[in-house]
Amino acid sequence: MLLIPCPFCAMDRPEAEFRHAGEAHLTRPPDPAAADDAAWADFLYHRANPRGVIAERWRHVHGCGRFINVLRDTVSDRILASYRPGEKRP
Amino acid sequence: MIGSPRHEGMMQRLLVGRMFQGRLLPESMRTADGGRVERRTDIRFSFDGADYLGCGGDTLASALLANGVHLVGRSMKYHRPRGIVAAGAEEPNALVAVVRGGGRTTPNLRATQVELFEGLEAHSQNRWPSLNTDLGALVALAAPLLPAGFYYKTMMGPRGLGLWHRVFEPLVRRAAGLGRAPRVADPDRYARYYAHCDVLVAGAGPAGIAAALAAGRGGARTILCDEQAEPGGALLSEIAALIDGIPAREWLAQSLAELAAMPHVRVMPRTTAFGCYPHNMVGLAERVTDHLAAPSPDQPRERLWRVRARRIVLATGAIERPLVFPGNDRPGVMLAGAAREYLLRWGVKVGSRVVIATACDTAYRAALDLATAGVAVKLVVDLRAAADGPLPQAARAAGIAVLAGGRVLGTHLRGKRLDSVLLGRGDDGRRRWFDCDALLMCNGWTPAVHLHAQARGALRWEGERGVFLPGEPAPGVESIGACNGATDLAMALAQGAASGGGAVPVVEGEVPALPGPAHVDAAVAGDAFVDFQNDVRADDVRQAVAEGFHAIEHVKRYTAGGLGTDQGKTGNMNLLALAAAARGTPIPELGTTTFRPPYTPVSFGTLAGPARGEMFDPVRTTPLHAQAVAEGAVFEDVGQWKRARYFPQAGEDMHAAVRREVATTRAAAGLFDASTLGKIEVVGPDAAIFLDRLYLNAIATLKPGRCRYGVMLSEAGFVMDDGVMARLAPDRFHVTTTTSGAAHVLAHMEDYRQTEWPELRVWLTSTTEHWAVLAVQGPRARDVLAPLVAGDISAAALPHMAVRDLKVAGIPARMMRVSFSGEQGFEVNAPARHAPALWDALRPRIAAAGGTVYGTEAMHVLRAEKGYIIVGQETDGTVTPGDLGMAIGRGKGDFIGRRSLARPDMLAADRRQLVGLLSDDPALVLEEGAQIVAQSAPPPGTKALGHVTSSYFSPALGRSIALALLAGGRERTGERLFVPLARGSIGVAVAAPVFLDPQGGRLHV
Ligand SMILES: [Zn+2]
Repeated sequence: MLLIPCPFCAMDRPEAEFRHAGEAHLTRPPDPAAADDAAWADFLYHRANPRGVIAERWRHVHGCGRFINVLRDTVSDRILASYRPGEKRP
Repeated sequence: MIGSPRHEGMMQRLLVGRMFQGRLLPESMRTADGGRVERRTDIRFSFDGADYLGCGGDTLASALLANGVHLVGRSMKYHRPRGIVAAGAEEPNALVAVVRGGGRTTPNLRATQVELFEGLEAHSQNRWPSLNTDLGALVALAAPLLPAGFYYKTMMGPRGLGLWHRVFEPLVRRAAGLGRAPRVADPDRYARYYAHCDVLVAGAGPAGIAAALAAGRGGARTILCDEQAEPGGALLSEIAALIDGIPAREWLAQSLAELAAMPHVRVMPRTTAFGCYPHNMVGLAERVTDHLAAPSPDQPRERLWRVRARRIVLATGAIERPLVFPGNDRPGVMLAGAAREYLLRWGVKVGSRVVIATACDTAYRAALDLATAGVAVKLVVDLRAAADGPLPQAARAAGIAVLAGGRVLGTHLRGKRLDSVLLGRGDDGRRRWFDCDALLMCNGWTPAVHLHAQARGALRWEGERGVFLPGEPAPGVESIGACNGATDLAMALAQGAASGGGAVPVVEGEVPALPGPAHVDAAVAGDAFVDFQNDVRADDVRQAVAEGFHAIEHVKRYTAGGLGTDQGKTGNMNLLALAAAARGTPIPELGTTTFRPPYTPVSFGTLAGPARGEMFDPVRTTPLHAQAVAEGAVFEDVGQWKRARYFPQAGEDMHAAVRREVATTRAAAGLFDASTLGKIEVVGPDAAIFLDRLYLNAIATLKPGRCRYGVMLSEAGFVMDDGVMARLAPDRFHVTTTTSGAAHVLAHMEDYRQTEWPELRVWLTSTTEHWAVLAVQGPRARDVLAPLVAGDISAAALPHMAVRDLKVAGIPARMMRVSFSGEQGFEVNAPARHAPALWDALRPRIAAAGGTVYGTEAMHVLRAEKGYIIVGQETDGTVTPGDLGMAIGRGKGDFIGRRSLARPDMLAADRRQLVGLLSDDPALVLEEGAQIVAQSAPPPGTKALGHVTSSYFSPALGRSIALALLAGGRERTGERLFVPLARGSIGVAVAAPVFLDPQGGRLHV
């Protein structure tokens, strides 16, 4: 079970308190109507799913309730950083 | 003696018939002294119905061997007789069921790990009708028909599957398999613990104890766990060496006493570290009561520990490898190290006349100790060309014959056990039978890197010794002792002490064992077993490679080698070596297999813990549950909720009750508990903007005091949820969700609020539990309510889709004019604590109005007659609002899902659309989920045009009705189609999905 540092609670908390919420830093086009079909499909469905470091979202659902961003190595499961939404990926 | 097997009848006679003049005979193979068992306590136990005596401190395996019993089971595939091979967790053959009565039956236990207690009842497995006369052994005659890949090939493809189900599975189930699960519920309790510590040491052998001592002395909070009843590991069978000047066993006792005296150290025997998980989490299974003759009812049977350790020290030892030669699976053939352990720890001689075959120096320790105990060690066959290390020299000096460069060519079984072995020399082809009652083998040792690898540590191939050793470990994990390649006591203690920065104990009197590679005869054929538990032979491995299975993971799956409950602890390295030899590549090129938890099997009870029965999943009841019970409701499970499904009166079945509830509600009034609806209060200056962006419908334009139906889409444009938005004030909404979607909708809202539009000033609160909802529906609904309401609820004052805070029966309530029945409808939201009082006030007025209470089944019929959808019934995650005939709210800008609705696929004319279906036979109710086609007898492979989503008998129409999703459905109104069912094809007419009051006049009265 992972230990995930919550940047709001400022604590390492067990994975069971969190819910995974997919890849981070996906930008919803500011004017979706202007996006062509390919760009929109890309936004909806295409994910990087890297072997290595991924930026992903978790929600501390059984804690502070906040969505957070986490950098995790998908091979080793090592967590390199966690930060608040809106903050730049370290 | 050359050329023919021999036997000695004397020994056989000694080994049968335990009873002598009604008294149990003493153990024939127990030494007079030595070992750690309590010889003065006779423990009576039974195995396969025969009674035996054992000693305190015995395992079932040591006690059986003390009684001369080697045959303990039949093999899985060929039903070959099998004996005890090992002394610990790696045992592949000796799987037994321990029966304690009343659901307390545990199958597939390793006899080597079952502690003896007074009255223990154990049974062998995988034999029928009995261990000695096993009809399944006839299967062995069919061995050529059961080659490697039999299961694999049989189950591939549709024809194979059919054959499997009809012919092979029943046969194989009868003949093979591993024990039987008990048929009654497990009466025991299982506990769950969480713990944190600075250092967790897995394995209390010399290395682990040295590590725990060093950690404990340094003040670290330490847990030392060991799978055995008694901590000590190899120290328990060490009689020669001195540690820091005192005998090893004395050093062990002193060390354990010191650890016990440290308040910050916890020593946990009978506790297996079965899994290493990310971020230094270790799973422990602690067996609390299985070894007790009379367990206390106050104690759980087992405990599951989840330990988060700053440092994990793995001291899990090494596992001895068998040799692969023809007949290496006979009862009486066992590991040399195990035989030595049985002698020194339990005072048991595994045979009277033994031959030892080895490719490793350590077997000479067994030779020396057995000879000292008076066992005739007839010969040590060393498979290596030369055997000149200190241990072989010591054996020769003690008068033990050593044959270097020898081979084991076969074994002979007489009765229940080995009686001779065929030995040869590698160089001259001479061969000779030796009589013996035990053949001890050693093919080197495999470091137990399981936990290291589970923690995602790397493995490194050590070619000289032919082993995988821990490479780069996961952070915070280290391996010490034999699992890290230590080959003697001094090295193990040194690594243990060093892990905690402690002083290294000094060892004297140990003859070093020189490590060497494992011996593999690439051409060995016949009954030369690689995996005992799954009956995999060397031939099978070569066949797998010949058929193109090259990676070791594929060889494993094809042969089933290493896939037994022992996970190939003894056999995997031999399997790897044989596969590598067959391919002609070095072992590391085949890769290693993945090490997965659990290290040894963990009972389901331990994993489930208290989460069973009522504790498996929470049960949610509404504040009106007691009222529904009093009304005689039949309940159904809706997610975690218990909901009243219908309220049968005397003599009514469900259909009759539902017809009455529907008809009475349409004719007069009905009272329905809708409390399970999800409710979210959305508050803030930007609440309206927020909801407008999340729902298909125009929420921003909704006036305070009014309600609007809302449909929520996923960003992909599919219907996700629906509900009613009630605007209480310019900055305050009461939003309802579906019963099952409540949590998901709130999470979805939070996601957009927190991450997409953090600038919006809006706050969300779940109020599902706060409000009970009493729906009063029907033409007389207002008559029922009005006298109880402090205020005007006339159609003019409170029209359809209006909301007001009003007192009802003196209770502050949020009253909404909404309807899910198509009738004049009120949903009275009352604080949950007042709900029973409100029910009690309404119930007699419902009765007086000629109305009824109704349940979810009637609710479904009422809404289906009106064509109202249920998300999750008419929708399945692929349905757009357009498919359901719903339009985007007027004047709306962007909202979640809107852009996706413009994708080409979402606009296709042949999308499945919501329609009504009327079957030709008005009495026939279609099956929900049934497919719709154009022909009455569609040929196989015909693509369906759609499917039935809801289907009921409609009391209002006096006939059956159905809702369906149908390709291009709205254009098909009036068409005749077919629903093929098992009993024949049903003709149906496509209709509009609203069957009753399409103008909605009944809503507005
Ligand atoms: Zn938090």
